[in-house]
Amino acid sequence: MKFASEYSEQLTALGKKAYVPGENPRLYDKETAPLKERMARENKIVESLEKAIELVGLKDGMTISFHHHFRNGDHIVNMVMDTLAKMGFKDLRIAASSLSAVHAPLIEHIKNGVVTHIETSGCRGELAEAISHGLMDDPMVFRSHGGRAAAIAEDEIHIDVAFLGASSCDPFGNANGYSRESEGKSMCGSLGYARVDAQYADSVIVLTDNIVSYPNVPFGISQRFVDYVVAVDEVGDAAKIMTGATRFTKNPHDLMIAETTANIIVHSGFFYDGFSLQTGSGGASLAVTRFLREAMIENDVKASFALGGITGAMVKLHEEGLIRRLLDVQSFDLDAAQSLKNNRFHQQIDANYYANPYRRGAAVNQLDVVVLSALEVDTDFNVNVLTGSDGVIRGAIGGHPDTAAGAALSIVVCPLMRGRMPSVRSRVNTIVTPGTTVDVLVTDQGVAVNPRRPEVAERLSRAHFRLVPIEELARRAERITGKPEPLPFGNRIVGLSTYRDGSVIDVIREIND
Amino acid sequence: MSRLRRSMLFVPGNNPGMMSDAHIYGSDALMFDLEDSVAMREKDAARLLVYHALKTIHYGDCEKVVRVNPLSTPYGKADIEAMVAAGVEVIRLPKTESAQDICDTEYEIERAEKKLGIPVGQTRMMAAIEGALGVINAYAIATASKRLIGIALGAEDYCANMKTNRSREGSELFYARSAIVVAARAAGVDALDTVFSDVNDEEQLVRETEAVKQLGFDGKSVINPRQIKPVHRVFTPTKAEIQKALRILAASREAEQKGSGVVSLNGKMVDRPVVLRAERCIELAKASRVVFEGEDL
Repeated sequence: MKFASEYSEQLTALGKKAYVPGENPRLYDKETAPLKERMARENKIVESLEKAIELVGLKDGMTISFHHHFRNGDHIVNMVMDTLAKMGFKDLRIAASSLSAVHAPLIEHIKNGVVTHIETSGCRGELAEAISHGLMDDPMVFRSHGGRAAAIAEDEIHIDVAFLGASSCDPFGNANGYSRESEGKSMCGSLGYARVDAQYADSVIVLTDNIVSYPNVPFGISQRFVDYVVAVDEVGDAAKIMTGATRFTKNPHDLMIAETTANIIVHSGFFYDGFSLQTGSGGASLAVTRFLREAMIENDVKASFALGGITGAMVKLHEEGLIRRLLDVQSFDLDAAQSLKNNRFHQQIDANYYANPYRRGAAVNQLDVVVLSALEVDTDFNVNVLTGSDGVIRGAIGGHPDTAAGAALSIVVCPLMRGRMPSVRSRVNTIVTPGTTVDVLVTDQGVAVNPRRPEVAERLSRAHFRLVPIEELARRAERITGKPEPLPFGNRIVGLSTYRDGSVIDVIREIND
Repeated sequence: MSRLRRSMLFVPGNNPGMMSDAHIYGSDALMFDLEDSVAMREKDAARLLVYHALKTIHYGDCEKVVRVNPLSTPYGKADIEAMVAAGVEVIRLPKTESAQDICDTEYEIERAEKKLGIPVGQTRMMAAIEGALGVINAYAIATASKRLIGIALGAEDYCANMKTNRSREGSELFYARSAIVVAARAAGVDALDTVFSDVNDEEQLVRETEAVKQLGFDGKSVINPRQIKPVHRVFTPTKAEIQKALRILAASREAEQKGSGVVSLNGKMVDRPVVLRAERCIELAKASRVVFEGEDL
């Protein structure tokens, strides 16, 4: 057989080359063993995490990444960091999609020089306290989910090795936050944030406590991005990864805020058959779903889709036919995770699809309404979701600035006061979401509309809402709480609050006791 | 029309957290309590706290009521003086048994007003009837002072006094409720019903509220913000009632313009009480924010 070699000259002129049998043994040597045998011989499973780390060639100074789909039940970050410390690595840079209170052991790794830089969406607990008190030389860089996806896609963050925990994975690396084959120990639903790491990291190691048979479909992470698979005892503490359906609040403040918010949505001009929405998981924003449901039934209005962190409450509306599609970057509770597994129109999406500001058609840009919570809001409508009233890091940016900028109408909900602290004030501790993207503030003591949105204010006034200027809300709070003492900040910068494009929108300073 | 008193939210006088924003839930009145919900050793602190709350916090459109301790206790006088000084709108007297109780309290209020340079008569009063004697004397109590804006039933003490207890259906309160609402109407003051204490049983709350509304009561006391909406809903006129009332009022205006004393609608004569009821219906609808100014024509 000569195949096309007799046309060599012409083919060369065309810039092509002729097929030569046996020239490329990988293509030519046909594998004839049964799949079962082949699978046992040729797969991506390595016997230990150490081995996988050696195989990917991790070096000091490199950037490693993690996802936060296991929330406060996560074992992966601590497990991997302990291993890396034991192996003698130094000067590693962590790019996590977020960190939780469970990651306090990072403090030791920072002190010992194993970790010298951290990027994350949020930070809580002892680690956050330590960072706020000046633990690291390099400021912690906080990014929104969309901002992180963009930074990775644009190579502003270059991930050398991604360590990605998965609730299920097959021997070739098809991984997911659940499995249709077996229940597994630790279900988290969507792997939306991890999918970006898998796609862009130079090397990807999947860690799982549930190796399932090939092919693990549907998969959140495709085998084509995965280098090695490591079996571990437990990727996380199932009870802390997620609870059952999030319960509705009975707190009268939250209920009142939620009911008002639902009414505002109804009269905002963005409540029509086919509208789209996103709500957060806080008490009040979760309860909005319940009141909105009643209004949707009463007015025969259905939503085209709900986006973002998906909750059991959203799933209920989806199953009732009130929300046609669910786009899920992160499943907030077990009901949401089960729905992702079982409902055909509940789609897993990645953080790029969700919120990358540089991607035309990012899903946040298709939002009509988003309801977001806040730790603090100032009279310019700037929102802080990152630092507490004591100046200490205690939250996460999440998708806050992404959805506020993307949605046609962004509604921020928060009580006017928390205990003795005002939540609405002249300047927030840390700006996370710029006020130019925040349209309405709903508190338990009044509703304020951003003067940038006069048409919204007019619609609400016509519907007999009593609107108040945001300055008046701040005054009301201060009348009762008094003016808080200035916080004892030092000069050192311990954290950077970055906007969606990576630019620094505010700094977090060291706090002195 | 006199002030709306569909709901009066009880706020313990020793709970600053609840006091700081008690008005935001939209009850028509707030009743800060210095009496039963405050322990003996906290009486002074509660008095001071309520005083400062009234002086500091803007409670918006809510009517501000304080339940003071009876004059027979060592706290009554001091309570009255402090609350008058704080500018409270209404002093609520607990366990009222006779017209004399009202007169004694009024005497103390007037003394405080004079001492503080507050116009005499500015501070209003309401009386809670919480025993058999009070029910028997209801009319005398309701007419004992010009300051009185209403009389209320306090069911727990009343039931204890009657040697019975409160049932879900409330049949034991039937006579007292009837006596109080009749006395109130005869005296031209408001009649306010007692609390319903199971905050999780909204269904029965609504049923009870419907029953007292039917008797003629103006409103009901509530112990949890969650009870306000259901109570208001009962006292809010329905769409059909509002439509009918608007038609009656239009006919009434038309008759007035023509200089005719007879109001007629669809060929039927409309009596004066029907017009008054229609007016009240629209006032209630406006207060409930289901009809707005300018929409009632």
